[in-house]
Amino acid sequence: MDEEKRLMKGNEAIGEAAIRAGCDAYFGYPITPQNELTAYMAAGMLDRGRVFIQAESEVAAMSMVYGAAAAGGRAMTSSSSPGVSLKQEGISYACGADIPCVVVNVARSGPGLGGIAPSQGDYFQATRGGGHGDYYHIVLAPKSVQEAADLTYEAFGLAEKWRMPVMVLADGLIGQMMEGVVLPPAKDASRRPDRPWAVGGPSAGRPTNHVSSLILDPPELEAKVKARFARYEEIAAERTRFEAVNVDKARLVFVAYGTASRVCLGAIQAAKARGIELGLLRPISLWPFPKAELARLAGEGKRFLAVEMSMGQMVEDVRLAVNGAAPVDFYGRCGGVVPSEEEVLAEAERLMGWK
Amino acid sequence: MEVIYAHPKSLKPVQTKYCPGCGHGVIHRLIAEVVDELGVQERSIIMNPVGCSIWADLYFDFDSVQVPHGRTPAGATGVKRMRPDHLVICYQGDGDLAAIGTAEIVHAANRGEKFTTIFVNNAIYGMTGGQMAPTTLVGQKATTAPHGRDPDVAGMGYPVRVCEMLASLGGARYLARGAVDTAANVRKTKQYIKRAFEAQLRGVGFTMVEVLSPCPTNWQMSPTEAAAWVTSAMLPVFPLGEIKNELPPASAAKPSAAGGME
Repeated sequence: MDEEKRLMKGNEAIGEAAIRAGCDAYFGYPITPQNELTAYMAAGMLDRGRVFIQAESEVAAMSMVYGAAAAGGRAMTSSSSPGVSLKQEGISYACGADIPCVVVNVARSGPGLGGIAPSQGDYFQATRGGGHGDYYHIVLAPKSVQEAADLTYEAFGLAEKWRMPVMVLADGLIGQMMEGVVLPPAKDASRRPDRPWAVGGPSAGRPTNHVSSLILDPPELEAKVKARFARYEEIAAERTRFEAVNVDKARLVFVAYGTASRVCLGAIQAAKARGIELGLLRPISLWPFPKAELARLAGEGKRFLAVEMSMGQMVEDVRLAVNGAAPVDFYGRCGGVVPSEEEVLAEAERLMGWK
Repeated sequence: MEVIYAHPKSLKPVQTKYCPGCGHGVIHRLIAEVVDELGVQERSIIMNPVGCSIWADLYFDFDSVQVPHGRTPAGATGVKRMRPDHLVICYQGDGDLAAIGTAEIVHAANRGEKFTTIFVNNAIYGMTGGQMAPTTLVGQKATTAPHGRDPDVAGMGYPVRVCEMLASLGGARYLARGAVDTAANVRKTKQYIKRAFEAQLRGVGFTMVEVLSPCPTNWQMSPTEAAAWVTSAMLPVFPLGEIKNELPPASAAKPSAAGGME
C-alpha cells in the first residue's frame, strides 16, 4: 500500500509524511492556510497513541516542541506566516541549544495579518535566522505535493543529523492544492539514532544532561557559536540542493523556488514552443543556498531573472552568489498574487530585447 | 549512630549563587529531599525558568531543560508527554509564571498536564534587579513602582493570587501554598511538595505548590527582616494551605496518559 499513488492536499501529504517519518509529538495552533495539516495530525497522531496537542498559542506550541525534542522525541509544529513569527522565539532557543525538530511554514501574505493567499514573503525570516542571535537552520522549499511529502519526511533525519530545527517552507498554494503523491514507507520506530544529550530515559550511569542555550561567559559562548558555524559550512558542502532545467541551452536563467518555480517552468515551455530557450535554477534548500552553482552559471555568461511571490527577497542571495559577474534582474508579485506564465515570459523577453 | 542530618543526594554539594537570606536555597533543598525520599533521582527532570533560579541546573543533581521566559509549562508539557514515567518539576518565579507565562500556566493546568510546578513567589523580580512583579503587594516599592504599587492612579493592578486563579480549572488537581518564613512553614511546605510529587508519579493531573519566599536584596532588608516581612505582609494577602485538593485516593489513580517513545 505504501507505494500506491494517492490524490492528496499538500497539507495532508505533509502530515502523512511526518507520521511515516516517525513523528512522536505534534504541537500546533490553528491558522489558515495550514489548518488541514493540524487536523490531519490530530487524527493521525491520536489514533496511533502518539502526542498531539492543540496549544494555546504558536509561542507555546514551539516551546512544547523544544521540550519534547529535548526529551529525545521526534517533534514537529506547523503554522503559517504570522504564527511562524511567534515561533521564532522557540526556534532561536532550539538553535541555541542544538535541538532537532521540524517546523513547517505554509506561508501566506503579509506583513501583519496580511492575507491568506500564498506568498513567498517569509524568505528573509526563514533563511536569516528569524529570531534573535547568530544562527541559521536548514530551510527546504517544495514545489509540489510530492516534494512537500518527501522533504518533510527527510527533514526529521536532517534535523537529527545536524542537531537543528529544519524548516519546510511551502507557500499556501502547495499546502492547498491536490496532486498525486507516492508516500514514503513508514520508518521503523525502533531504529532511532542515539541521543546521548537528551534528558530523561535510562539515565543510570551517565552524567546528568542539561539542555540549555544559556552561556554567560563571552569567550565560551563565542566558541560555541563558532563551532556551530563550522557545522553550517559542513551542511552547505553536503546538503545544498537545487534543480537545474535547460540551463545549458539558455542564455537567461530564471531563479525561483516553490510555486514561482512552476510558473517559470510554464514560461520555459511556452518559450520553447516559440523557439526560445530559457532555463531555471530552482533552489530546493533555501538555506544552504546554491551559491556555487549560480556562480558557475554566471561564469558561463548566463544572466538571471529571479521570480518571486514577494517584492524581492531571494534575489539578494542570487546577487550575493553572482557577485557582479552577471546581470541579475527581478520580477515579483506580492500580496498573495501569483504571477502568470505570460507576464514572466514577457519580462524575460523584454530583458533580452526579444520583444 | 543514627544519621539525623545529611546533604540530600539530589542536591550537589556546592555553594549557590543565591543572596544571603534568599528562599531558593531552602526550596531547592526541600525538592531534593523529597526526590531522595521518593527514590526518583535518576528519573527526575527539572525545568529551569528565566530568573534567579535559572541556575537550578548547577545545583540539582539530575537532568534539566532551560526554556524561554514564561514558556516553562509549555516546555514541561513536551518533556512530560515524552517521558510520562519521569518526575518533571517545573520551577518558576512570579515573573515567569504570573506575567510573561500566564497563558502557558493556565493552559497547562487546564489540560491537567501531569507535572508539578513549584512556584516561588517573592513579590519582586530578582534577577533583573527589583522590578514590580504580578505578585508585588499594593504599596510595596519596586524600581518600576518607585512610589509603591499603585492600582488606582498609576493603574498597576493588584497582586495576582495564582492558586486561587487556577483553582477553577478542571485539570488542576492539587494547588497548595506554603512559605519558608518559619521552620514550621518550611516543614509544611515540604509536605505539600511531597503530596504533589506523589500525585504526579501516580499520574494524577496538574499539581502546583506555591512558596512564599524572601528576597532580602531586592526588598532592601536584612535576611531576618525579610523572613519577618513574609509573615507580616505576604501571608495576609496570600493565605497558606491547600487551596485545592482533589487528589483521588492512591488506589483510584489511573496510570499516565498516552505518550512516550518506548
